[in-house]
Amino acid sequence: MPWRRLDPRTPLATAAVLCGVAGGAGLPVALGLAGSRPLWQALSWVLAGALLLLLGGTGADRVRLRRTRYRVGPDRVDLHTGLLHLKRRSLARERIRSVDLTANPLQRLLGLVKVRIGTGERSGGDAALELELVARAEGERLRRELLARAAAPEDPRHDGALAALDPRWIRYAPVSFVAPAIGGAAAGAVMQVSEWFGAQGEVIDWIGERFSSVAIPWMILWLVLAATAVGAVGALGLWIEMWWNYRLEREPGGTLRVTRGLLTARSVSIEERRLRGVELVEPLGVRLFGAARVDAVATGLAEKDEDKHGDLKNLMPAVPRPLADRVAAQVLREPGPPTGTPLAPHPRAARNRRIRWALWSVLAPAALLALLGLLLTPVLLYVAAGWTAVLTPLALLLARDAHRNLGHAVSGAYLVTRSGTVRRTTVALQRSGVIGWTVKQSYFQRRAGLLTLTVTTAAGSGAYAILDAGRSQGLAFAAEAVPGLLTPFLEQPVDAPENRETPEARSTEG
Amino acid sequence: MRGEDAVRLRPPRNAVDGRAVTWWRTQLLVTTAVPVVVLAVLGALVGPARAWLLVAAGAVAAAGLACAAFLPAWWFRVHRWEVTDEAVYVRTGALWQEWRIAPMSRIQTVDTSRGPLEQYFRLATVTVTTASSAGAVRIEGLDHERAADLAERLTAVTQATPGDAT
Repeated sequence: MPWRRLDPRTPLATAAVLCGVAGGAGLPVALGLAGSRPLWQALSWVLAGALLLLLGGTGADRVRLRRTRYRVGPDRVDLHTGLLHLKRRSLARERIRSVDLTANPLQRLLGLVKVRIGTGERSGGDAALELELVARAEGERLRRELLARAAAPEDPRHDGALAALDPRWIRYAPVSFVAPAIGGAAAGAVMQVSEWFGAQGEVIDWIGERFSSVAIPWMILWLVLAATAVGAVGALGLWIEMWWNYRLEREPGGTLRVTRGLLTARSVSIEERRLRGVELVEPLGVRLFGAARVDAVATGLAEKDEDKHGDLKNLMPAVPRPLADRVAAQVLREPGPPTGTPLAPHPRAARNRRIRWALWSVLAPAALLALLGLLLTPVLLYVAAGWTAVLTPLALLLARDAHRNLGHAVSGAYLVTRSGTVRRTTVALQRSGVIGWTVKQSYFQRRAGLLTLTVTTAAGSGAYAILDAGRSQGLAFAAEAVPGLLTPFLEQPVDAPENRETPEARSTEG
Repeated sequence: MRGEDAVRLRPPRNAVDGRAVTWWRTQLLVTTAVPVVVLAVLGALVGPARAWLLVAAGAVAAAGLACAAFLPAWWFRVHRWEVTDEAVYVRTGALWQEWRIAPMSRIQTVDTSRGPLEQYFRLATVTVTTASSAGAVRIEGLDHERAADLAERLTAVTQATPGDAT
């Protein structure tokens, strides 16, 4: 097999990025220098620096380009790189689990992509090979060649496109938690930038003048609304950038592929062999509008994309719940959606616990405020009263909702568990993917006859909890979901006294 | 499973070694002694805050001594373990109790570790990991020879299992 090199246009992309960096850093520096000396002098200093950066960076990238070569052999993929510190990496092809392509706008213009060949390592660490950058056609060729598996049978019902972008989904973008985050960040950025220019006081004065005729609470309300509006617009923009051209498809050979992105184009492949289930995520805002996001539960997915543009495990943006269920079923090759099965509710004791937590979290700070109010100033007493009056119903509502959302079930080859109120998640996990159980009981849970059952698995976050199930209910469920694993350790104390604790009994260990 | 409310997890068959109680107690005493000594020395040196520092040292010492008197015996009653042909089964905790079950077929590594105190008490800890990132199964306070036998046996079983145990 011949050795191949990276695309010769790679330094061009680097040069363009460096131009941007030089421009962004050079302008403020030039402005700063121009204060104390003539403008031409400041400009020539900055230009000289920029040129040095550009030449140095591009030169280094050329050297890297010349010293990097890769080869796809019948059994292995090799990558040789490095000038002084030589690195020779070799991956067994059978261990390759993912080939992901990304290209930022500049790289797209040049027709280049970054290729990341992963082995299913847990953290996005050293195990992956990265080719930075190759021509787009070469990237596609690598992806197809490395992920082609002969064994998987054709399945016309489940192959092909599973979902494609519906622009109406954008209506769920402003209600996600991204919107307030962007709004807050925007407000913070205004303050920060104005401080750099020493104009923070003026900005605050200017805002104060705008609202000089209205009361302070109204001003706060307006500012919050403005930040929310900015956040909503930002969320829409981010959604378009992330999900434009979205497409979820199954390729022959058993690979799920997500392609998406307006400016930065991404292609994420998840081998079906690694898939252990799916997770439906419903943040509160999105859930109120009847929508859900679909994530993959797969082994060895790096937790975060490097450029933080969203998780690699995202299979779908927030979409109407029935559609999410349908796509989840198709992803899992199931006739019906496991995530849509009716779930067994958890006992009333679980609800009482949640109500108790809710009351504690509201009343403890209220009591503290009231105590301080008695000691210091009566104003705090009013604050405490208002706090209690507003937050108690809200907390109780959330507690009831949290209890209603608890549930678990066995659905075909999957076990399903749901929990959460602010961020409700429904996980459908292959029963054959369960690699252990953890049962936890706090003192209070023991008194209430509850337990928390945790499924451990190699995929996703590694453990999925069934919170506050009834004691017998939970254990019977675990025994049913994974037959044989838990059963030898169960006993019925009333019926079978001979099973009681007998330390001298036959020890299988000795 | 006749009665709906009659199922529960039975305790694992084996208790940990009796020396574990002393080991735990020593550990607790050592971890208490460090802040107590620091506070007491500071109290002796810093005149103005002497009363406060000495009271704090006393409080920490009292809490530590109470724990050392009370907790190890409780832990000894709760901490139990069992290895069958199919699974490793461990119970730990006191106020928060935890039962962990890892099937033999999914075990990836078996480690034995012995800290300085454990070496003194001739004890060892066996850690069994699976492919899950959510924590390993640990059996603390085993007699060191027994721990070595156990680790050997578990390793043999693990090597006999095909696949990558995910």
